[in-house]
Amino acid sequence: MINIMLTAALVLFAIAILISLCRIIIGPSLPDRIIALDMIGVHLVSTIAIISVIFQTTAFLEVILILAILSFISTIAFSKYIERGVIIERKHDR
Amino acid sequence: MISVNVLIIIPFLAAALIPFLNKRISRLHIGWFVLFVPLILFIFLARYIPSIANGSTYLYTVNWIPSYGINFTSYLDGLSLIFGLIITGVGALVILYSIYYLSENESLKHFYAYLMLFMGAMLGVIFSDNIMVLYVFWELTSISSFLLIAFWFQRKRSREGAQKALLITVSGGISMLVGFIMIGSITETFSFREIITIIPDFYEHHLFIPAMLLILLGAFTKSAQFPFHIWLPSAMEAPTPVSAYLHSATMVNAGLYLVARFTPVFGGEVAWFWLVTGIGLVTMFWGSFTAVRQTDLKALLAYSTISQLGMIMSMFGMSSAALNNGYSADSVVYTQAAFAALFHLINHATFKSALFMVVGIIDHGVGTRDIRRLGGLATYMPVTFTIAMIGSFSMAGLPPFNGFLSKEMFFTSVLNIRDLNIFSLETWGTMLPVIAWVASVFTFIYCMIVVFQTFFGKYKEERLEHPAHEAPPGMLIAPVILGVLVIAIFFFPNVLGDYLIVPAMASIFPTFATETDLGVTISAWHGFQPELWMTIGVVVIGTLLYISLKYWKKIYGILPESWSFDSLYNAILETVETSSNKITNFYMTGYLRDYLVYVYLFFIIVVGGTLIYTGALDFSIANNAPIDAIDWVIAITMIIGAVAIIFAKSRLTAILLNGVIGYGVALFFVLLRAPDLALTQTVVETVTTVLFLVAYYFLPEWKKEDSPRRTKSINLLISILVGTIFVIVALAVQNGKLFESISSYFENSYELAGAKNIVNAILSDFRGFDTMLEVVVLLIAGIGIFTLIKFKAGKGEEELENK
Repeated sequence: MINIMLTAALVLFAIAILISLCRIIIGPSLPDRIIALDMIGVHLVSTIAIISVIFQTTAFLEVILILAILSFISTIAFSKYIERGVIIERKHDR
Repeated sequence: MISVNVLIIIPFLAAALIPFLNKRISRLHIGWFVLFVPLILFIFLARYIPSIANGSTYLYTVNWIPSYGINFTSYLDGLSLIFGLIITGVGALVILYSIYYLSENESLKHFYAYLMLFMGAMLGVIFSDNIMVLYVFWELTSISSFLLIAFWFQRKRSREGAQKALLITVSGGISMLVGFIMIGSITETFSFREIITIIPDFYEHHLFIPAMLLILLGAFTKSAQFPFHIWLPSAMEAPTPVSAYLHSATMVNAGLYLVARFTPVFGGEVAWFWLVTGIGLVTMFWGSFTAVRQTDLKALLAYSTISQLGMIMSMFGMSSAALNNGYSADSVVYTQAAFAALFHLINHATFKSALFMVVGIIDHGVGTRDIRRLGGLATYMPVTFTIAMIGSFSMAGLPPFNGFLSKEMFFTSVLNIRDLNIFSLETWGTMLPVIAWVASVFTFIYCMIVVFQTFFGKYKEERLEHPAHEAPPGMLIAPVILGVLVIAIFFFPNVLGDYLIVPAMASIFPTFATETDLGVTISAWHGFQPELWMTIGVVVIGTLLYISLKYWKKIYGILPESWSFDSLYNAILETVETSSNKITNFYMTGYLRDYLVYVYLFFIIVVGGTLIYTGALDFSIANNAPIDAIDWVIAITMIIGAVAIIFAKSRLTAILLNGVIGYGVALFFVLLRAPDLALTQTVVETVTTVLFLVAYYFLPEWKKEDSPRRTKSINLLISILVGTIFVIVALAVQNGKLFESISSYFENSYELAGAKNIVNAILSDFRGFDTMLEVVVLLIAGIGIFTLIKFKAGKGEEELENK
């Protein structure tokens, strides 16, 4: 029973990723796309967590952690890019 | 005898020493020292004459590359002795002549160094028993000849002549090398003597005929046979001593030597007989026919050399008929052609060198060698005139000069060959004497031109650069010696025949020599034979034609200038150059996209072709692991993302979609239970995306290229094919497991390496070396990026960032 539920959840998350992908492709604006990528990241975190439960292993917990951090960082980087046009600023610009 | 090997080396040593000697001794002409080298070698070789005449031969080997059967083996027998004596004898005379011919202002050390190099190489060619070593020396003669032709390298025509000679002789030499290698692979030896003894077992070998043709090509190019004769007239830009030595007596004889040497190997074959005889006769006719129209004395002599070489070549060809059916009393008759060939070879070396020296004296004395500007020199230059007359009449085949004897013998062999019933001679045999006779008539005409138009007629001082006067005595010594030889050989021809030519015949016909005496008694008078009538006919018709020369000379104008072999050669060179330029420009477009198309096309053809050819296309997916629903959805997501990248309108969208694919890969790693990979993939994907963003700023606008529809569809086709092939290869590889995988070894990594994580244990313990090198790769990439950013080219380059 629990397995069926977990699998169903996985498939649903996968469909959510698919839908987010449509948003990335269609756009229409850059922030739309970035939010969609952020969403994919969050969905991936949940997917990997469920997979770990199914596989009954703790080996993927680091992946979840890293993914959460990186998804955050990349969203920040994109946002900064939209705001400023550059990601890493030079010293004298501060 | 080791001394023969030393003999080959001595000129090379002399060539190396000349520059030092030249620095030390500036007061005396360096040629006096060089003169000793060929003189000593000549005396040394002459000492062998009696023992060689008794039938002994000398062989000595110095190991060079024994594992390949290539050894520096010298072999002294009758045939090589003749050539050796010509090379050293004429060499000594030419050096003596050049001492007076070349002034101290010329770059003498180069001249004599090249000349010594050539002499050593030429001696190496004729004394080598090993054909590979012979090839080495053969190419050395080509190179030293190239250097000597372009001795006055400031002149454009010298450089052109040298280039032409090098191109033709070296391409012939390379084909000869291929022929030698074939012979070597047939008989598994590189030694002449061994090849001759075992070659009868291999007459049916499929490489036999190709090897013969290739070696003949080498001999024909070197000996200036039709249609490769064109380099010889251009080589006349060389100093006259060089022309006298290389292009009349030695280098052009190398091809004849090769033909004579290989007669026991290939003689008796139909192709050999017809090629050597036919090409020889055609060359003889064409050379004499063209010589008549020349206005430059040296060019005339060049064409006459071509003609005489063709005559000797044809005689060697005719003599090979004797070998067709093995030894019999009848076939000995045909060996006389080889005797005549060797006899004429010696005669030609004497009178042609003398004639070249005469032309050099005229050129030196009056400043021109154009026949139209010369005339009436007989009274001013009596000695020169006498030598010129001796040489020319000998060349024309008149008594009492040695050319008469060899021309008679030539006619004898041509008439003999007509009676032969092999090689379909009964149909074509009659042609041979006719061509030979016509060529002899033209020979007579140009010989008369040399004598009468240069030395008789009106003296035209106003057209000469210097008033005519007799040459200094030193310059005359060498041609006088040669002229005396020409007459001496006529009166005592049998000395030459018994001591030199008979042992040489034993080398050409080794099977015959044991059975009978191959010697021919040369006699100046042998009754009213057909050949005498032929000579008389040559003289009568030749005289008539010479007198009426100005009436029929117009026939040379029938063919326009542009129809010569020279312009054919130039056209070939030009066509090769322009067409290779065109081809290169056609595919080297400078566009990376085109090169990628070539790469992928090659991949498709080779890999796809191999798949189809080997039948590796069948595979089954029955044994593969089952695919879950989640796998499907992720795969579809990635496919959609990948396809969408191609149609993306902005670069940012493409970058984002790329990120999606990367995260999808990470998810697959999770599903396939590879946590370390998933971890690394996530981080690397993020960093890559950020790097794309960093680079994004500097990139130009994302533009769709307006490529034509055809290009687009070709690109589509190529990409689909490449993808298909990769999928097929991946599936086919899955199908056939040849052996168990070694991963079971790594499973007890805890016992072996004390690690619970197999992946990390492999990376840092079992296969740590790879990891180290990959760290180095990252280091190099880091340093590369740092230098690219930090050290910009040029000072005034503008800052692109943050503007």
